[in-house]
Amino acid sequence: MISLGPHASFIVVAYLATVIVILGLTVWIVRDYAVQRRILGDLESRGIKRRSQREDQA
Amino acid sequence: MALIDLANPTRFLALANRVLPWLAAATAIVLAYGLYRVAYAPDDYQQGATVKIMFLHVPSAWLAMMGWGLMTVAALGTLVWRHPLADVAVKAAAPIGAAFTFICLITGSLWGRPMWGTYWVWDARLTSVLVLFLLYLGMLALYWTADDPNRAARAAAILALVGAVNIPIIKFSVDWWNTLHQPASVVRMDGPAIDPTILVPLLVMALAFTLLFFTLHIAAMRNEILRRRVRSMRMMQAASA
Repeated sequence: MISLGPHASFIVVAYLATVIVILGLTVWIVRDYAVQRRILGDLESRGIKRRSQREDQA
Repeated sequence: MALIDLANPTRFLALANRVLPWLAAATAIVLAYGLYRVAYAPDDYQQGATVKIMFLHVPSAWLAMMGWGLMTVAALGTLVWRHPLADVAVKAAAPIGAAFTFICLITGSLWGRPMWGTYWVWDARLTSVLVLFLLYLGMLALYWTADDPNRAARAAAILALVGAVNIPIIKFSVDWWNTLHQPASVVRMDGPAIDPTILVPLLVMALAFTLLFFTLHIAAMRNEILRRRVRSMRMMQAASA
């Protein structure tokens, strides 16, 4: 068993805070990707194309 | 084909989709190994088990500075070459750099209380890192409040270059001023002052955090490219309506 000594609470809070910040950031980025993909898919399904896509078809 | 042609957004998206799963897997493996090494690293002869906070604090501090360094190089790409990916890189790095700076401040504070007897002191190292955090928040505010992305890109690039002055101040603050914060103990002219039993886990954690930074940065850049495509398509939709 790992002993964290008399200042265990400071060590545990430091690790917890780091996990919360990194997890929060990761979840935010992953969700943002899903949101942008959904909006992009919605716009494309309505026939809206970017200028470069139109040029490719021309 | 010129090198700059390889850095167009469509090619970047294809590359990001290929690279991200491998980068995420490498991050998970190195992080797991790093945490294993941290768990079994010996206590410091003076600081006891609180040295375990160092394995979070030091890599976060390095990445806080590296994040702004990356933004500074990308800002040159915005101002000199007006490359669209350069501003994407600056914008994507800002929240990640801010998060690592926040972790650095929080863990430093939690390490300082048992070791120094205080959570905070206005010495040059702590204050300059707080200034870095405020600069990151300023960068985020600039992007979130700007109506015109082109003007935001230029202003962000200038802010990145101006803020870069703070990076050497952070690094050398412990040498230039009398600080409560200890001087550098890893990146030194005469080699690290840390025992290998603690140095190796620290370097493994630094590698894991660096991999995590680049994984999140590439993913955030991919999001930003998609966001700009959405904006452009909405503008075309509005123009044709």
